[in-house]
Amino acid sequence: MTDLIRYTAAETASAIAAGEVSAAEVAQAHLDRIDAVDKKVNAFLHVDTEGALKAARAVDEKRAKGEKLGPLAGVPLALKDVFTTEGVPTTCGSKILEGWIPPYDATLTSRLKDAGVVILGKTNMDEFAMGSSTENSAYGPTGNPWDLTRIPGGSGGGSAAALAAFEAPLAIGTDTGGSIRQPGAVTGTVGVKPTYGTVSRYGLVAFSSSLDQGGPCARTVLDAALLHEAIAGYDPLDSTSIDAPVPAVVEAAKLRDVRGMRIGVVKEFAGEGYQAGVMQRFNESVELLRELGAEVVEVSCPSFTLALPAYYLIAPSEASSNLARFDAMRYGLRVGDDGTRSAEEVTALTREAGFGDEVKRRIILGTYALSSGYYDAYYGSAQKVRTLISRDFDAAFAGVDVLISPTTPTTAFPIGERADDPMAMYLADLCTIPSNLAGNAAMSLPCGLAPEDDLPVGLQIIAPAMADDRLYRVGGAVEAALNDKWGHTLLEEAPAL
Amino acid sequence: MPGITREEVAHLARLSRLELQAEELDHFAEQLDVIIGAVARVSEVAGQDVPPTSHPLPLTNVMRADEVRPSLTPEQALSGAPAAEEQRFRVPQILGED
Repeated sequence: MTDLIRYTAAETASAIAAGEVSAAEVAQAHLDRIDAVDKKVNAFLHVDTEGALKAARAVDEKRAKGEKLGPLAGVPLALKDVFTTEGVPTTCGSKILEGWIPPYDATLTSRLKDAGVVILGKTNMDEFAMGSSTENSAYGPTGNPWDLTRIPGGSGGGSAAALAAFEAPLAIGTDTGGSIRQPGAVTGTVGVKPTYGTVSRYGLVAFSSSLDQGGPCARTVLDAALLHEAIAGYDPLDSTSIDAPVPAVVEAAKLRDVRGMRIGVVKEFAGEGYQAGVMQRFNESVELLRELGAEVVEVSCPSFTLALPAYYLIAPSEASSNLARFDAMRYGLRVGDDGTRSAEEVTALTREAGFGDEVKRRIILGTYALSSGYYDAYYGSAQKVRTLISRDFDAAFAGVDVLISPTTPTTAFPIGERADDPMAMYLADLCTIPSNLAGNAAMSLPCGLAPEDDLPVGLQIIAPAMADDRLYRVGGAVEAALNDKWGHTLLEEAPAL
Repeated sequence: MPGITREEVAHLARLSRLELQAEELDHFAEQLDVIIGAVARVSEVAGQDVPPTSHPLPLTNVMRADEVRPSLTPEQALSGAPAAEEQRFRVPQILGED
């Protein structure tokens, strides 16, 4: 039965549909795996054993009655603890929400449930999704299954680690500056940031509303596509939801053909700060795409060098406003309410006790960037940079179908190395941020191990908004060619836990 | 552009309702000074005639019909409240006694 945890989501769903295995057995196998390894990995903040088995049994009953099952029915999933789940704790990795039980499901949560997906539990994350290492969680860091002394990326480190540790074949992340793609890159898994507005944000606890986007995490490109189709689509409960059909991502993932596609290599994402082994694997991927029949050209996006500074003004600005809701009045922690203190004092004491360092830094930074006297120079300029970045993308996509780059400048760094050096930490998002600022679609998939440290390297593919299918077309072809070359998937090289 | 002082950080923390400890103020002031020094590069474009982008989608107001829909019960809405009374959120005093 240990094999069940190594199945892809697609294999799991068809085995369940064919009656070769029950959804309850699949769920139990994953719960057992979590029980066996998660003390070491710490991918999960909450395991919902009862809820998972109940959902699995419902799929089995449906099948017994001869009802048609969806393409992911009975497949277990690890949900980032930033989406609300009715009756199941949601903390966002923060002490300020410790013990909070949401009274409603996020749209994404309901869609997963409707699809018969079995939610195993909630995964660890940097507090309110602010970070690139999951070290900012109030509930302790998550280990990278490739080397438990290293970070699994962030903010969605728990979701990525759960996949790499075979605790779940599917996971959900959110990507504000790279929080799906960067954890995917450093754990040897696949992560996709869909086009902004295509996955509902209703019930996603807001960090930076104009950047946040939920998306699929998986061990294969096809599995990511199946999950993408299950969660994407118009939602009237999200005022920024796009009312348009979801691109045919599953079909694209199965094509495995890039002949005739034009692919641009972003010139700016190389040079100082980029690890040699990362660049080596990236350059090999470029060659591979040429061999597979794509036309590869170099593309310049000069404004991308200002993306990181613009992001670290825009995201904290929006966060400083969004996190004002944690006022100790309606939900969450309340500290110092002894009958003598005012509401304002209780709010300030609660936020001091309930928020961690990175959240406090960003709230202060955002408040600074939005204050009169600095607004034009900082926030106003950052918004102009955002326009320039979109223009760079538009110019690039006039000549190529997709852009590619390394997902991250380096492989997974040791836990603790950048924990108290915010600027060093922020550099992990260098290549992923432009897509959030422009709102387009991007994927990271594994492209090998860096020779110097034997740790996974991610290849980033970027497509224009609403052309998410191109990510899967290119990703599916690269994945198939690499698996052929290696004779196995990259994760099979991960050490046993 | 100037960096940020400890006094400014203390002021911003008050505005943000964060009751920071003295040592936190020292530490954050130092770190924020470095961060602001790095992000100030965006002002390179300040003089350029470029329209700002606040959002990736060109959306204006999104409206829905004003109809009664199912919603949370008062019990559900109050279920996470630190304190509740008579179907209301109970909060510390907001105005002074006099």
